[in-house]
Amino acid sequence: MALETAGPLAGTDPAAHGPGHLTPGDRAGLLRSMLLMRSVEERAMNLYRQGKVPGSFYDGFGQEAVSVGAAWALAATDRLCILHRDLGAHLVRGVPPARILGQYMGRDGGITRGRDGNVHFGDHTRGCVGMVSMLPDMMLVATGMAMGFKLRHQDRVALTFFGDGSTSRGDFHEALNWASVQRLPVIFVLENNQYAYSTPLAAQFVVDPIARADAYGMPGVRVDGNDAEEVFEAVHAARERALVGAGPTLIEAVTMRMHGHAAHDDMKYVPPAQLEEWRAKDPIDRQAARVARDGVDVDALREEVRALVDAATQEALAMPMPDPATAHHGAFHDPADGEVVLADGGEAPWSGFAAAGGAG
Amino acid sequence: MATMTYLQAISDGMREEMRRDERVFVMGEDIGAFGGAFKVTDGFLDEFGADRVMDTPLAESAIIGTACGAAYVGLRPICEMQFADFISCGFDQLVNVAGKMHYRQGLPTNITVRLPSGGGFSGGPFHSSNPEAWFMHAPGLKVVAPSTAEDAKGLLIAAVRDPNPVVFMEHKHLYRRVKGEVPAGTYETPLTARIAREGSDLTVIAYGAMVHTALEATADLDGASVEVLDLRSLVPLDEEAILASVRRTSKVLIVDEANQMCAAGAQVAAVIAEHAFEHLDGPVRRVATPDVPIAFSPPLEQALLPGVDRIKEAARELLDY
Ligand SMILES: Cc1ncc(C[n+]2csc(CCOP(=O)(O)OP(=O)(O)O)c2C)c(N)n1
Repeated sequence: MALETAGPLAGTDPAAHGPGHLTPGDRAGLLRSMLLMRSVEERAMNLYRQGKVPGSFYDGFGQEAVSVGAAWALAATDRLCILHRDLGAHLVRGVPPARILGQYMGRDGGITRGRDGNVHFGDHTRGCVGMVSMLPDMMLVATGMAMGFKLRHQDRVALTFFGDGSTSRGDFHEALNWASVQRLPVIFVLENNQYAYSTPLAAQFVVDPIARADAYGMPGVRVDGNDAEEVFEAVHAARERALVGAGPTLIEAVTMRMHGHAAHDDMKYVPPAQLEEWRAKDPIDRQAARVARDGVDVDALREEVRALVDAATQEALAMPMPDPATAHHGAFHDPADGEVVLADGGEAPWSGFAAAGGAG
Repeated sequence: MATMTYLQAISDGMREEMRRDERVFVMGEDIGAFGGAFKVTDGFLDEFGADRVMDTPLAESAIIGTACGAAYVGLRPICEMQFADFISCGFDQLVNVAGKMHYRQGLPTNITVRLPSGGGFSGGPFHSSNPEAWFMHAPGLKVVAPSTAEDAKGLLIAAVRDPNPVVFMEHKHLYRRVKGEVPAGTYETPLTARIAREGSDLTVIAYGAMVHTALEATADLDGASVEVLDLRSLVPLDEEAILASVRRTSKVLIVDEANQMCAAGAQVAAVIAEHAFEHLDGPVRRVATPDVPIAFSPPLEQALLPGVDRIKEAARELLDY
């Protein structure tokens, strides 16, 4: 495993990573999920340009390896708070693309039934809590889920993502400190995509956040965020560590936001050379090359994903808008509707869980 | 039945609920070995152990945020703020995570947040406030404010069992001053208003500590028959009980210990203006704390907090109207 603490970026030669814990089926699965994420987001951007997505549209183009690689390492019994560049994690958990496109378009069939937009959703039937916009609030929610696991002596972990800009807020500190004091089974995945909206790293912090992990008493692991397998291995190792009671891990996935902050952002503040440099490190191209070497027909995979997203688009476009008469419903939960907590219904596709005879 | 102080009743409610339901636990600053700044959890550590009587870092955002997370995986945390004032540091998690989660995601946030509130003993600008209106304004949060020992226990238990986030306003000045008969075992007090004293000439509407001040101020107003309505719950607000009382008496005085601007009483006044206008025989009057921080020095603090004299004066004016 090419893991380093507070070190430089790991190398990009796939051969250097070895077989690790992934089978050829996993490697193709990672590629498929990344293709699906890119395809769903490209489709959503088109729908946005056609005026079918209200508000703005936020995507994770170029960052697909982070959410897909991380979610791939989690069991169905684990819990996630997924952030706005991390659509791949929802897809790995098995959220149907039609419901995601419906979500973007504010349809009744979207995950939040039109109550919230963008990637501000979490399918609680698949063990996910929908993010709030305030960054990085979900670090504390994930910490609390891990606290619940520890209090109940359960072998489960919680994971959340957050960006480089989010490290400037106090909740970043409160979460790392609390998780470490209580030695909680939580994995923090810092997605360093070089910019927070238009703000570059140098205007955000002086000491790199990963270097601060040590100060909180937890390992800080920097990985190439454009390598899904490397992200997987780091999260897998952090999960193993958490499950033996050794506490939290801070992982920094170094990547690049290849699109604007949102659809309206022309990114004029990003030097073109920087984009060119990162375009050459595209995470999907990299995984596709590996998978092709394993003998998989990547073109066929792309075709399958495209057809799936075509069908999902039609399904989403057929979803009705929510009934305005219900707009004022649902601020409170009615006890008569029974207890609702996060459920285990999420998919956990990593082959290692099947080999272990279940959800790990 | 046993006679208990308001504080003992809150403790009793938590203790009974923790014995009954292993999902319930308490978390906060200095609540374990020390038993909490006001000793509400005194003895809990011995009975329930450190896991369920969790001393936390000094981090209010984290207290609320981690409580939300624990609730999502099936636990029922009760968070103690050392003083209500410090909830400002946990405001975002309460309002944006807990308050908005169910509407957006269909996922309830079963947390109870206890806020020791109120002034009257030189707590000064940072240990005396009554921030309930902030949370009334935030969708998805329930807000309760008991005035008696019996209701303190019953509302605490109702809050813990409610699948939604409940802000539990416990008035510090009542902790040891108010005593009453409290039923044994567990029971839930409904989130509705209660008539603290029946009357026919004037209704005084209050909650928390002001119920007692209102009762004292109107006990003997030259023979006038004054009804005192104890709201008990601010969200949901028992509009029916408010309107029924106003229809009976036709005159109404609303008392808030909170700062006047947009306080709970302002909402009560709006409800009355909208739905009981024809029943009124006089203007809706309010007595509240002026819009300044609560001062430290006793004569200044007493000048700010609504007291018996100000309530008497306003009540007399209305009765004479
Ligand atoms: C507390 C807070 N302030 C401001 C915003 C508005 N905002 C949305 S995303 C964003 C940039 C976030 O940067 P980063 O954390 O690096 O994540 P990225 O979007 O780059 O993935 C800002 C400022 C917000 N969501 N939350």
